[in-house]
Amino acid sequence: MNKLKKFGKKNIGFIFIIPWLIGFLVFKAYPFLSSLYYSFTDYNLFTGKSDGFTLQNYKDVFTIAVEKTALITTFKYAFMTVPMKLVFALFIAYILNFKLKGVNLFRTIYYVPSILGGSVAIAVLWKALFNDNGLIRSGFALLGIDAPHFMSDPKWALLMISILRVWQFGSAMVVFLAALKGVPTELYEAAAIDGASKTRQFFSITVPLITPVIFYNLVTQLVQAFQEFNGPYIITRGGPLGSTTLMSLLIYNNAFVSYDMGKASAQAWVLFVILMIFTMISFWSQKHWVYYGDEEN
Amino acid sequence: MSIENNNIETSEKTDITPKADIKKSDKVEMTPVLGKKSLSKEAKRANRNLMVRRGINTFLRYFVLILVGAIMIYPLIWMVGAAFKNNSEIFSSMNPIPIKGTLDGFKNAVKSYGGNINIWKSMLNTYSYVIPQVILTVVSSVLTAYGFARFKFVGHDILFGLMMAMLFLPQVVLNVPQYMLFNKFGWVGSEHYLPLIVPAAFATETYFIFMLIQFLRGVPKELEESAQIDGCNVFQILIKIIVPMIMPAVVSCALFKFMWASNDFIGPLLYVKTPAKYPATIFVKLSMDSDAGFDWNRVLATSLISIMPNILVFFAAQNQFIEGISAGGVKG
Repeated sequence: MNKLKKFGKKNIGFIFIIPWLIGFLVFKAYPFLSSLYYSFTDYNLFTGKSDGFTLQNYKDVFTIAVEKTALITTFKYAFMTVPMKLVFALFIAYILNFKLKGVNLFRTIYYVPSILGGSVAIAVLWKALFNDNGLIRSGFALLGIDAPHFMSDPKWALLMISILRVWQFGSAMVVFLAALKGVPTELYEAAAIDGASKTRQFFSITVPLITPVIFYNLVTQLVQAFQEFNGPYIITRGGPLGSTTLMSLLIYNNAFVSYDMGKASAQAWVLFVILMIFTMISFWSQKHWVYYGDEEN
Repeated sequence: MSIENNNIETSEKTDITPKADIKKSDKVEMTPVLGKKSLSKEAKRANRNLMVRRGINTFLRYFVLILVGAIMIYPLIWMVGAAFKNNSEIFSSMNPIPIKGTLDGFKNAVKSYGGNINIWKSMLNTYSYVIPQVILTVVSSVLTAYGFARFKFVGHDILFGLMMAMLFLPQVVLNVPQYMLFNKFGWVGSEHYLPLIVPAAFATETYFIFMLIQFLRGVPKELEESAQIDGCNVFQILIKIIVPMIMPAVVSCALFKFMWASNDFIGPLLYVKTPAKYPATIFVKLSMDSDAGFDWNRVLATSLISIMPNILVFFAAQNQFIEGISAGGVKG
């Protein structure tokens, strides 16, 4: 009895994580593993039919044209959006860090799109801006320029969604700004005395010192970009000609339009594995380029 | 223009810390100037050149900031203006200010849609699950963070590792199997938004746990120790000491959860099936699908009404948002 009491007292903290543990098992671990199982079946939620083990779903991802295109489009989208967003965010954060008057006002203005950008209202706005007879095209027309048909031209539609996400560079910028404030001013003073130009200072002092934050932003933004759903679903519905059908949209269509849960699960797992590979590459590579100030070397 | 100036001044007043830094950075660029009395002609000229260069630099920086800011904010301002325009005027010029202002867009926006849903009702629906989500997420995340950060128990390290691994588990893999799970429970199309609300009670937003643990690590343990000596139990310590101390982080979590939950689109898309129960996100999407192309002022007015609460919350608490995001970085 006494022992039990002692054990209970020692482990009292466990009580506090019970809700999390239940949530983890029921809403994360079980669904996660069950989707691995379903990915090897052709389970259809509507008919309830499943014919047992198959690798076909995985083969399809890399052989069927629609699925292959979706995978490639997702890569294109991520590698277009993330670098643009990060470069822009860092550039603006760098300028804001010069302690100009009104910095807080600018910071707020730049941050507004980030906080509202996920909403459907902003997707609606984007459609109004980039429609074939929308604001951007009529603006260019006033200047006598025939702008591309962003909404109906397969070459431009993906870029339009990309621009929507780059427009939301605010949160990445705020994180960069916080990091830039942490770079000791003495370093710049010393470099200035040595005659280093501002550009030189930026690439030789600023960038190396904020690599942990660059790394952080890179990983989080990549993970987000690979999962983009709202933009293509609301603005372009995956079109024109499937040019904005990203993986997450394809998964949605397979799972919730045709109820092909097996296929959708396999696609989700392919996407998951790709994300894990990128995360792992980032973590592995950080040894070589990320500078942590508290390390001895 | 005068409004902008006012804003600059007020935002300057609230900002205390950078002032010391301004002096510092001035010193960096002024280094060529040595003593004031013994300035030679060349030094004076060099000094003047430096001042000119600094002036140009400052000008360029402001120029970029204002230009980028204008591009950033223009679509939003245009949206507000367009909601007050009539449909023939909306795309006819880039000017965000309506020439012949009309309230038609708003009048049509608040009309009932198909009898049993309108914008107000859909917003009410949104907050009927967003507010429980916020409260449950905050409570369950605080409990979990407290448990992991302040106690050692059997399996602590393994569970902590699993918890952190959840940060990297993308929602896109979970959508399909979670749907099947909730389907088994009979929760799909639930009148009470069960699939949206119930998981929030079980600390499923790993990011917030992580953020709270980071914050807790910075809070000294002495107060808790002395409270323990005074006879407080672990629950009393949590409520009387921990919660007040980590209040800033708790507020940040609540604010971000509020924004994300009210913007959430795929959740309600999957789990809300009856039109009378549609939240604002779905309602706006549907009204766009049915009216875009001919009734833009209505569509834009509807969109604008739907994000007004978020805009108000953001401006009321902008510092908490920005500090929250700087503290650990938040997706978005």
